[in-house]
Amino acid sequence: MSHRLPALAVALAVMIVVAVLAQLPATAQTSSSAAKAPAAAKGWTPPRTPDGKPDLQGIWSDNTLTPLERPKGLGAKEFYTDQELAENSKKAREGNVGEEGELGAARPNAVRYDLELYGFDPSKLRYTSKRTSLIVGPEGVVPPMLPSARERNAEIAAKNKGHEFDSYLNRPLSERCILMGQEQIPMRPGANEGNLLQIVQGQGYMSLLHEIDHSTRVIPTDGRPHVPQNIRLWQGDSVGHWEGDTLVVDTTNFTNRTPFRGSSEKLHIIERFTRTADNNMVYQFTVEDPTTWAKPWTAEVTWTKTKGPVYEWACHEGNTMITTILRGARVADAEAAKKGK
Amino acid sequence: MQKQFKNVVVASMAAAIVLLAAMLGGAQAPAYRAPRTGDGKPNLNGIWQALNEANWDLQGHAAAQGPVAALGAAFSLPPSLGVVEGDEIPYLPAAAAKKKENQANWVKLDPEMKCYLPGVPRAAYLPYPFQIVQGPQNIMMAYQYAGAVRIINMGSPTKSPGDSWMGWSNGRWEGETLVVDVTSLNDQTWFDRAGNFHSDALHVVERYTPRSADTLMYEATIEDPKVFSRPWKISMPLYRRVEKNARILEYKCVEFAEELLYGPLSKKP
Repeated sequence: MSHRLPALAVALAVMIVVAVLAQLPATAQTSSSAAKAPAAAKGWTPPRTPDGKPDLQGIWSDNTLTPLERPKGLGAKEFYTDQELAENSKKAREGNVGEEGELGAARPNAVRYDLELYGFDPSKLRYTSKRTSLIVGPEGVVPPMLPSARERNAEIAAKNKGHEFDSYLNRPLSERCILMGQEQIPMRPGANEGNLLQIVQGQGYMSLLHEIDHSTRVIPTDGRPHVPQNIRLWQGDSVGHWEGDTLVVDTTNFTNRTPFRGSSEKLHIIERFTRTADNNMVYQFTVEDPTTWAKPWTAEVTWTKTKGPVYEWACHEGNTMITTILRGARVADAEAAKKGK
Repeated sequence: MQKQFKNVVVASMAAAIVLLAAMLGGAQAPAYRAPRTGDGKPNLNGIWQALNEANWDLQGHAAAQGPVAALGAAFSLPPSLGVVEGDEIPYLPAAAAKKKENQANWVKLDPEMKCYLPGVPRAAYLPYPFQIVQGPQNIMMAYQYAGAVRIINMGSPTKSPGDSWMGWSNGRWEGETLVVDVTSLNDQTWFDRAGNFHSDALHVVERYTPRSADTLMYEATIEDPKVFSRPWKISMPLYRRVEKNARILEYKCVEFAEELLYGPLSKKP
């Protein structure tokens, strides 16, 4: 008996040592997973993150006067000359953009928030590239919709007709603070507010906070596959990988409730983020949906670096619009019923 | 001789037990050193989640029936020993009355029911994961619930442009710990489903300390002179979602709150 006791103590001590040692390799493994070979540099070299990836971080603005589709009359002209660009910019600053630019909320007298930050100061209006349209190529417009897609969209519109004010379900997603046009993927410049985008990169992820509706995308960049097909998401499922200095992000798994220019749930978006200068990022997107267009189309927006800050956009929390609209509609219903009697 | 030997045995047993207790207890164990990011900071990147009942009630409580009979046992209040240091929330008298009123009207008043942004610290212990994306200048905390998000500025502290739901966060490193100073929180959020609340004078200091490869210690010191008589503290571990395919998925809960908020205004068939 007296010999057993020290044996037990020794066994206990051995267990402790084993337990201590067992923790060591686990710690060593986690710390070694940090280093990755930096991508080869060519031409203008973007700054690198501590992990050696092109550094896309910062606050960007996608505000530009360039319209998505090329103004009629410009034909296959893809770029303005410097002189034309200067003339168009001057016109825009006087509040006269015609088809040549998207004035958005920067209408004269639209004084809200911080003028300079939000681009409401007409003297700050600018084109961020020489492109005549964001859509690239000789056509410069969204391809014509397939007849079957036209029918599909007409059916959806007809179904809602006359019921626009029946319920919140009949209201546009933007009014319900579920999805604003700008936060939909592809992300495109809209009105001149909410157009700030802040990028933070961590190990294996690029995350993007779009000021509009605090829309956040946390995109894995390790080339993993999409989530299963049965999981459909308002903003689709985005997964990324690096191609040289470009981050390529592939998005599928959309719902049929978020048509982008008439698209269906078969929508497939490929986005390319490339830093081209200290203060510029080229954001390119290719839109594909064989149930809507006969061929894919591509657009390109030049983002510019800005200082921010990005404000919190709490849309739903302050949404008095839906209640006001529906209450108004019910009052109108009651009045109509009274008249009918 | 026999007695002396017995003493040695007892002493070595005691030493072994003390050593073992120290290891298991954690408090006495040597501080854990986290793996580093490329720029040499403790690496907090990952998807984390609290595994406790704090969102039900920060304080200790027994189990209780939930508010909707139709949901039966599935939405009943799970019991907990609480996460508040000393288990006391030092409300000023008027605030204590308001807390009681909040609790009595929980279903009607809790901003969580309406899918409103959760504020800080509640975002950290909602029963959903959140992801830390750690850059050198900024750290993003992306919460699954309501797509809530915070950017923590790691540069020189900046001043908030105005009050907001998720507040204004300036961070710094203290050894292994990420310390986040949160101000400019509005008075619309709650701490839990038990009606614990605050005013717009809320000031939260959060501490995120790695304690093993897959756990963080989360502490929050809560200060609000309009509501509490002194600062108080909550603490809890956060656990890494270690599933290989773990992701923060889209959880736009607005559409789940619309019938509650707008249903009564719909046209009756």
